[in-house]
Amino acid sequence: MKVLVPVKRVADKDVKVRPKADETGVDLANVKMSINPFDENAVEEAVRLKEKGVATEVVVVSVGPEKAKDTLISALAVGADRAILVDAGETEVQPLAVAKLIKAVADKEQPQLVIFGRQAIDDDSAQTGQVFAALQGWGQATFASKVEVADGKAKVSREIDGGLETLELALPAVISADLRLNEPRYAKLPDVMKAKKKPLETVKPGDLGVDIAPRLKTLKVSEPPKRQGGGKVADVAELVNKLKNVAKVI
Amino acid sequence: MTILVIAEHDHASLKGVTRNTLAAAQKIGGEVHVLVAGSNAAAAAAEAGKLAGVAKVLLADAPHYADQTAENLAALVVSLAANYSHVLAPASVFGKNFLPRVAGLLDVQQISDVIAVNSADTFVRPIYAGNALATVQSADKVKVVSVRPTAFEAVGDGGAAPVENVAAAADTGLARLVGREIVKSERPELGAAKIVVSGGRGLGSGENYKKLLEPLADKLSAALGASRAAVDAGYVPNDYQVGQTGKIVAPQLYIAIGISGAIQHLAGMKDSKVIVAINKNEDEPIFQVADYGLVADLNEAVPQLIAAL
Repeated sequence: MKVLVPVKRVADKDVKVRPKADETGVDLANVKMSINPFDENAVEEAVRLKEKGVATEVVVVSVGPEKAKDTLISALAVGADRAILVDAGETEVQPLAVAKLIKAVADKEQPQLVIFGRQAIDDDSAQTGQVFAALQGWGQATFASKVEVADGKAKVSREIDGGLETLELALPAVISADLRLNEPRYAKLPDVMKAKKKPLETVKPGDLGVDIAPRLKTLKVSEPPKRQGGGKVADVAELVNKLKNVAKVI
Repeated sequence: MTILVIAEHDHASLKGVTRNTLAAAQKIGGEVHVLVAGSNAAAAAAEAGKLAGVAKVLLADAPHYADQTAENLAALVVSLAANYSHVLAPASVFGKNFLPRVAGLLDVQQISDVIAVNSADTFVRPIYAGNALATVQSADKVKVVSVRPTAFEAVGDGGAAPVENVAAAADTGLARLVGREIVKSERPELGAAKIVVSGGRGLGSGENYKKLLEPLADKLSAALGASRAAVDAGYVPNDYQVGQTGKIVAPQLYIAIGISGAIQHLAGMKDSKVIVAINKNEDEPIFQVADYGLVADLNEAVPQLIAAL
C-alpha cells in the first residue's frame, strides 16, 4: 500500500510574523522556514505504517517554491522514500488549487491513503485535506489522534468536543493528523545526507493541467489591534479585589 | 441574495455557535435560511425557527445524518447550494470538518474563520496565528464561509420561521461511526463560558492540574482550558486546548496559570475581556497581554486564590 503525504514549507512556528508596512502581505524576508508542524505528524504516521509493514512506500509531495525541496528533504530524512515538488514558484497557491494539484499527483501515484496535517500554521485555513477528499469522492477522518489500517480499512480516532469518536473508512481514504497522533522523530545528520540522494522529482502546475490562479483576492494584510496589557498585582488579595471591584467580572 | 446557515446541533437542541454564525449571516444581509440536518431533529429545527431574523428553516431528517459525518452533510448542502449566494457554518470542530468538502464539490475557495464581514464578498480573517489580519474578496458564485463564533454576538430569540422538510441526499456510505466516548461534564462549554481557568506546562503534571485547577473552576463555575504545551505533555485531553489549533475563546475572564504565552496560545485567548496571569517567571510573554499579572509560585497562589473567593 502506498501512502502519500502532502507537506508545506511555512514560517517556523516560533517566529512572530508581521504584516509589511504597505499591507500587501506579511514580511517573510530572512524568516526561518520549516516543515509545517502537523505535516511532521503526518509524515511520522506514514513512516510508522511502513515500519509496521502496512505501507510499502511513503511518497511526500509539496506545492511551493523551489526552496520547498528543503521541506521535502526533511521528510525524506525521517523515512519517506520519494518526493515530488510541484514547483509553483513564488505564486501564492490557495487551498482549492493545492487540493487539485495533489489530486493530479494522486491520480498518477494511486495511493491508498493520503495523510495531511490538520492545518498549515501560516494561512490557518484547515481545508486542503477535506477539499482533496471531496474531489476524490473519498472518505475522510480529520483531526486524527490514532490510526489503525487493516483489511482495506482505516480505523481512525478523532478528537471532538468532549471526547473522541472513531470512524471506519474504506480505503482509499484521507486522514488529517492532529497534535496527539504521534511524536515525530528527529532526523540524524547522516539521515539528512542520505535523504539528499533519495529520488526527488519536480513538476510544474501546468504539467498537471491545473489552473492555480487565486480565487480570493487579498485586499490588505494588516496588524491586529494591540491589546493593552502589562498590569501587575502584588498578591492574591489585590487580585481578588481588582476582579471584584474594578473589573467586576467575579 | 439568500444565505444558508448550517446549524450545529445534537438533534434535540442547537449549539450556541449556530447563533453566532447567524449573526455573521445577518451582517452580510439578505434573507437567511437555516439548515438542520439530523435524525429525529424536529426539536432542533423548531428551536432554529425561533431565532430572530430567520426566514425559513430547512429540515433534512434521515438516519444517515445521525452521526453528522462530513461526507453526508456535504452531499446534502451541495444539493441545496444552487439556491444560495452564501453558505455559512461555524468554524468549530463540526464546521471545519465538513465545510471544506462543500467548497471542494462546488469548486469554490472557502473563506475560513472570518472575524468580520466588510461586504457581501469581502471578509476579514486572521492568519499566522492572528499576528496578521487578511482582508479577502471572493469572486466565486457561492461564497462558502466558516465563521469564528467569538467574533459575532449571538442572535437571540424572537423569530417565527416555518420549518420546511427537504429531501435527504443519498447516503454516501464513505465513513461509518464505530463509536464515541464523550466525557460528561457539569462545567460550561469551553467555547461559550464566561470564565475560563486555563493551565500550562508550569503545573508540572496532570495530577497537579487536577488538584489546583478543578477546585478553582468549581468556585468560579468556569470552564477548564489548557495550553498546547500542557496537552502535548499529556496533562489533559486535546479538547481542552486553547489556541491557534484548539479552541478560540473570548470569555469575560481568562485566568492563565503556569502558561508562558506562546504565540499559538495568545491566538486563542487574547480577545478575552479580562486576562489574569499567574506565573513565577515575570519575563513570560503572557504578562504582556494580562490585565492583572501576579508573579508568584502557582502552587501557593492558586490555593490562596481558591480560599479568597
